[in-house]
Amino acid sequence: MGDKTDVWQGTLALMVLKTLESMGPLHGYGIARRIEQTSGDLLSLNYGTLYPALLRLEQEGAIASEWGQSENNRRAKFYSLTRAGRRLLHEETQSWEQTTAILARFLAPSEES
Amino acid sequence: MRRIRVWLLKIFGIVPRQQQEQDFSDELASHLQLHIDDNLRAGMSPEQARREALLKLGGVERTRQAHREGRTIPFLETLLQDIRYALRQLRRNPGFTVTAILMLALGIGASIAIFAFVDAALLKPLPYADPTRLADVAEHGVAFPRSNISMQDFIDWKRLNKVFSSLDAYTGSGYLLNTPSGVEPVPAARVSDGFFRTLGVRPLLGRDFYSGEDQPNAPATTIVTYGTWQRRFGGRKDVIGQTITLSGTPTTIIGILPEGFHFAPRGSAEFWSTVHELSPCEKRRSCHNLFAIGRLKDGVSFDTAQSDMAGIAKQLEIQYPGSNRDQGAHIGPLSELIVGQIRPILLVLLTGACLLLIIACVNVASLLLVRSESRRREFAVRGALGASPTRLVRQFITEGLVLVAAGALTGLAAGTIAMRLLLSLVSKDMLDSMPYLGHLTLNTHVLGFTAAIALLAAAIFSLTPVLRLPTAALREALNEGDRGSAGTLWRRLGANLVILELTIAVVLLVGAGLIGKSFYRLLHVDLAFEPSNLATLYVSLPRNTNNVSPPSNTYNKDEALLPVVHKILDRASSLPGVSSAAAVSVLPVSGNGNTDWIRVVGHPFHGEHNEVNEREVSSGYFKTIQARLMRGRLFTEQDDSTRPRVTVINKAFADKYFPGEDPLGKKYGDGDLKPDSIREIVGIVDNIRESSLDEEIWPAEYAPVNQSTDYYFALLVRTEGDEKSILPALATAVHQIDPGIGTNDEQTMTQRINSSQTAYLHRSAAWLVGGFAALALLLGVVGLYGVIAYSVSQRTREIGVRMALGAARGSVYQLILKEAGRLTLAGIGAGIVCSVISASLIKKLLFGTRSWDLPTLVAVAVLLGSAALLASFIPARRAASINPVEALRAE
Repeated sequence: MGDKTDVWQGTLALMVLKTLESMGPLHGYGIARRIEQTSGDLLSLNYGTLYPALLRLEQEGAIASEWGQSENNRRAKFYSLTRAGRRLLHEETQSWEQTTAILARFLAPSEES
Repeated sequence: MRRIRVWLLKIFGIVPRQQQEQDFSDELASHLQLHIDDNLRAGMSPEQARREALLKLGGVERTRQAHREGRTIPFLETLLQDIRYALRQLRRNPGFTVTAILMLALGIGASIAIFAFVDAALLKPLPYADPTRLADVAEHGVAFPRSNISMQDFIDWKRLNKVFSSLDAYTGSGYLLNTPSGVEPVPAARVSDGFFRTLGVRPLLGRDFYSGEDQPNAPATTIVTYGTWQRRFGGRKDVIGQTITLSGTPTTIIGILPEGFHFAPRGSAEFWSTVHELSPCEKRRSCHNLFAIGRLKDGVSFDTAQSDMAGIAKQLEIQYPGSNRDQGAHIGPLSELIVGQIRPILLVLLTGACLLLIIACVNVASLLLVRSESRRREFAVRGALGASPTRLVRQFITEGLVLVAAGALTGLAAGTIAMRLLLSLVSKDMLDSMPYLGHLTLNTHVLGFTAAIALLAAAIFSLTPVLRLPTAALREALNEGDRGSAGTLWRRLGANLVILELTIAVVLLVGAGLIGKSFYRLLHVDLAFEPSNLATLYVSLPRNTNNVSPPSNTYNKDEALLPVVHKILDRASSLPGVSSAAAVSVLPVSGNGNTDWIRVVGHPFHGEHNEVNEREVSSGYFKTIQARLMRGRLFTEQDDSTRPRVTVINKAFADKYFPGEDPLGKKYGDGDLKPDSIREIVGIVDNIRESSLDEEIWPAEYAPVNQSTDYYFALLVRTEGDEKSILPALATAVHQIDPGIGTNDEQTMTQRINSSQTAYLHRSAAWLVGGFAALALLLGVVGLYGVIAYSVSQRTREIGVRMALGAARGSVYQLILKEAGRLTLAGIGAGIVCSVISASLIKKLLFGTRSWDLPTLVAVAVLLGSAALLASFIPARRAASINPVEALRAE
């Protein structure tokens, strides 16, 4: 497990939003598993940390929650993206891309030399 | 926007909702179930599947905690928790809680009530435009530092001064008003035309006097106060332009004054008219009957105004040496005139109330300390269970805040009630002279003051236990045997607090003692007449020719006036239960004033103003009031206008103007010794107290009413039985002679003396400070009891050991009483020193009592000493009755 990367602060919310966008309504466990899978099991996620992030997103109005039935007939709370959530995802994605682009330029080997 | 939404949700989240908690528990359970399902499917054993799921989640409780914190604001959440905990703690100790809240409410309530008065009288600006620029303008005589101006001087002052943008005069007056219930004398005022403009007051309705409306040819007009408009005219707007009859003169109402208007020097005036009709007296420069107000020009100080006006007065003195000799000018702030007299009393009362509040706070603080001491174990346990020191401190502060909040709210309610109660105790006459008290309300100033003292109290309560909070010594506190060190620490702090309380109690007791003694002295000053069984009322005879109400007669000439006076006296003296009746121009104990300038025939004279009180009396006056004739004779009915003028003087007159001479048979007159002013002294009476109770006795002259009659006089009768019951009959008797005669102010002489402003102010101060002192004594003694009782309870084992080792009960008593005695002595000692210092600050309020009055100091020391002894005797008894075997076993 030592070579797995911890989730960076602040990026978890973005991952949750993106997961919900691509997967549709999903329960907390499902979101956690999906994030791990998407990262190619490179990320180590303490599932417990997901819930405060979900609460925060719900308080912000980016996601909504509803109790429902899971695929194997278990009762679970399903989260889904709201319109405000889509907008937020869009903004956050752009800002993240911008950040990584800037960082990429810094980290790219110098071309002048 | 998103942030605001989050915060709002979090704030709502403070309200704990079981449902949310349950919902999340369900969600976590379902999460684990889904995970376990997956793990089982992956082939793990059930236990392994469960362990793996829990591990991956990172702890159920931790997740739950993180989620809970996300739902609310942790700080507020714990604050609410603290408050809930504090309330539970306070509920568990109802005795402590009720005592603490009551003490706080007492202190806060008293302070609020007194502060409301201070605010109304001293803080709230007077209801005039730019009131700080208004000056009280008066003359300065030899005997009076502030005396009336004469009309003629006023006119010159107004013309010559360079310091006032406007200067206007006012004087008291009265009218006979025809009302449905008969003729009623109503108080009024006469002013020069710009009076209200100088004050910056605009009428609510109608118009102000126009300039020139105070000239002799102007028609009679009047402006009515708001209260009178409401009461007498039903608040109808059409009264403007209406004509009413004031003392027989048709007068047009031209304006209504605003509701908030008041002018304390003429507080009772209902009608305000101009001085357009000068009385014969006002045409003379030596007749002083006005005061004036002036508005200072920009940049002019009161000192500059004083010196400018003094210069003008000097100039007039040179110009008119006869009338204006030694007549200077007196300029001061108008506010000083209005609230100057009540300020020291109010400040003393406020200090008293605040001292009481301090005692209450100290008492509650020491109660909290005792509790913090006995809760050491509880806090140690909570600390050991992981509560951080700041959290424990916060818990204490919260408890303090809850107590203060409850105390402040109760205090606010108590203060409001006390305020109303105190105000209802103020008589109408007193309210007339202090009209600003009429607007006493629970305003923002008072609420601000409440908040300030509540904060202060909260700070005290939060800090005291925090200082003592055993955060550092948690482990030792858990230790069963530990108590000695904490006990001594507490004893030292608590003991100091008790000394402070007792000191304050002594200061208040001494203050109350001194003020009370002054009041006693004041009521027992030598009156030189017998005030009991005297009923009095004022009579005013109608005098105008163009009277529109025909049934009443008018008495325009002295010849017509005198018979009616005699008729009134005859009728009054024949009333059942009346032994004699008399008339006097001014009743005794009314105050020095109504003076005359005299010159003794044959004595050297350089134009100085020899000012003496002048009273016109009927022949039976001295007998009726039972004043002592010292020499010569009293007046008889034969001393009338057909005989040479005679006079009776008082002892002070004889002492001052005839030292070493026999005044009998001597003559004096006015400054010019005009032949018709010369009168012969036929008798000397004792110093009847004409002055108010705390003023000095002035020389006085008495003239027979038969030789000098006036329209307005006081009727007094000596009764055989209860003088109060005769008052209505007395007024009826006067009205039977002529319904057009006005009577007012029916009171017994004793009532008059007791309700005189001097007596009134002294009495209120004595009662209030006395009340504060009694409460302070009670609280101080309770505080002492608390400290000693606590000390005994902490030393139970020590006392048990002592007794087991052979100490007698007497020596246990001694041990405890010695401790209490040391505190009491320290408190009394410090208190005596402080009160001697503070008593010199209230010298102004004292009458016939020195500020270091030894009997008062001794009495206070004895009182407090014995009360303290009693308070410490109870715990001492308990200590002495400790059973050593049980005390040792219990530990």
